[in-house]
Amino acid sequence: MVDGYGRLREQLVGYALFLCAAISIFVTVGILFTLLSETISFFGDVSIVEFLFGTTWSPTFTPSHFGVLPLINGTLLVAIGSSIIALPLGISSAIYLSEYAGERVRGVLKPVLEVLAGVPTIVYGYFAVMFITPLIRRVAPETDVFNAASACIVVGIMILPMVSSLSEDALRSVPRALREGAYALGSTKYEVTTKVVVPSALSGILASFILAVSRAIGETMAVTLAAGATPNMTLNIFESIQTMTAYIVQVSLGDTPAGSVAYKTIFAIGMVLFTMTLVMNVFSQWIRAHYQEVYD
Amino acid sequence: MTIKLWKLWDRRWLQDRLFTIVCFMSTIVGVVLLALLLWDVFTRGLPWLSWDFLTSFPSRFPESAGIKSALFGSIWLIFLTAAFAVPIGVGAAIYLEEYAPKNSFTRIVEINISNLAGVPSIVYGILGLALFVRGLFLGRSLVAGALTMALLILPIIIISSQEALRAVPKSIREASYGIGATKWQTIRHQVLPAAAPWILTGNILALSRALGETAPLIMIGALTFVAFVPETPFDPFTALPIQIFSWVGRPQEEFASLAAAGIIVLLALLLTMYATAIILRNKYQKRLKW
Repeated sequence: MVDGYGRLREQLVGYALFLCAAISIFVTVGILFTLLSETISFFGDVSIVEFLFGTTWSPTFTPSHFGVLPLINGTLLVAIGSSIIALPLGISSAIYLSEYAGERVRGVLKPVLEVLAGVPTIVYGYFAVMFITPLIRRVAPETDVFNAASACIVVGIMILPMVSSLSEDALRSVPRALREGAYALGSTKYEVTTKVVVPSALSGILASFILAVSRAIGETMAVTLAAGATPNMTLNIFESIQTMTAYIVQVSLGDTPAGSVAYKTIFAIGMVLFTMTLVMNVFSQWIRAHYQEVYD
Repeated sequence: MTIKLWKLWDRRWLQDRLFTIVCFMSTIVGVVLLALLLWDVFTRGLPWLSWDFLTSFPSRFPESAGIKSALFGSIWLIFLTAAFAVPIGVGAAIYLEEYAPKNSFTRIVEINISNLAGVPSIVYGILGLALFVRGLFLGRSLVAGALTMALLILPIIIISSQEALRAVPKSIREASYGIGATKWQTIRHQVLPAAAPWILTGNILALSRALGETAPLIMIGALTFVAFVPETPFDPFTALPIQIFSWVGRPQEEFASLAAAGIIVLLALLLTMYATAIILRNKYQKRLKW
């Protein structure tokens, strides 16, 4: 029974639902607009060359320096350090869960990894400060109270479940026939896994790696608490550093008046952060789409 | 010859065994770390957990400090966030799954949503600060926090609701059209009820993410000393993760214990949400079978 009122309602509902979907576009536009407008205004005060290539970050001192490289250095140090921990562990646990574990063992281990993924980042921050840093300082007493090593470890733990669950999905989507074929040629399980299954799932595994690194770059609370607030151009993981995210938090904790240069730095740094993670996420999707082996 | 062959076999067998052990150990690392984390939190925090802790306001003195304002703030925040994000998220999912024509606009929306899901939470905080706190003059209020959180979890809600809708068989829709129902009647009375358990689960999981997020709230300036319970959505607030953050940052050992106690409460709330999601799904799942 569709009368005039009913037809109107059908149309209105359609428009309303369309509007809901369009909001997601407005969010992206909103992010880009806020970041860009303040960043452009920031580059009115600070030269873009100094920002991108300067090696000193001291926005609140006089004379102030606005070289973003120390913050990028800190961010990459944590991203690389945590990847060194999480990528090998993640891929080998993915292999174990997908290729070796029986249904019962898998039924226990997989939920545990999922819980690990569901723990809020602030809890990892607590864990870094209260547990990991004292442990590191017991082994290496020279370590600063705030140090990159602790942040690397804890961010590594955070991105581990992401690597293992996404890689496991990729491994499990390799068809059984490929494995059976390799077994028929007399391969051991190790050979089947490393020479057939992993290469076939490589695109998915790589995509999961890139997503995990991008997540490590954007991670905020754990690095803010553990790694400190010293924008250092250093590769020494036992020193205090500052990441881009930690700097943004530091500024917003203070009382920064809107329109000041310090306030605008939030947006400039946010722009760098947004660009880096976006490029990595798009790259990860592209790898998955273009190098995926399709079995039917 | 035979000895050589045997050695070859042996080397491969050894390699295989070693690889199994390495992979198993890697998996166990995650379990051990989770156990260590929980052990540390519980041994430190449990002695501090009491009724007084739940019903007292924060204080400079650790003995009398509690999480009343943070607990109420978090509960307010979750319900407000749900009120903003769930209708829009589910609506967007319905549009994309049931209405959207296969054109470039739809593709752009879908790509855009999956990219939004990967944007760091602190960037949403920056957006919230510029748009809600300063742009719309909402100040450091619950609404500003909830709107920011809503944007943050919107992509997660859309993606999980889309999956839920996609799982409803086409035959259900065809049957409904067959007896003369309109598109919206079909969605409203057939598709949505069928997908509801999964939509609900996805939404609760997304909201649990909002419960634990800290960075966006710090961005919009929720880290202040709040010793009262918010009464309207326009009041300033604090939330559990923020309270934990401010305690972890203090040098005194007592505050570390308070932080641990706060974490126990936060984890308990998260666990309740997960359990609700699972129970709801199991309850409705039984009724619907095809």
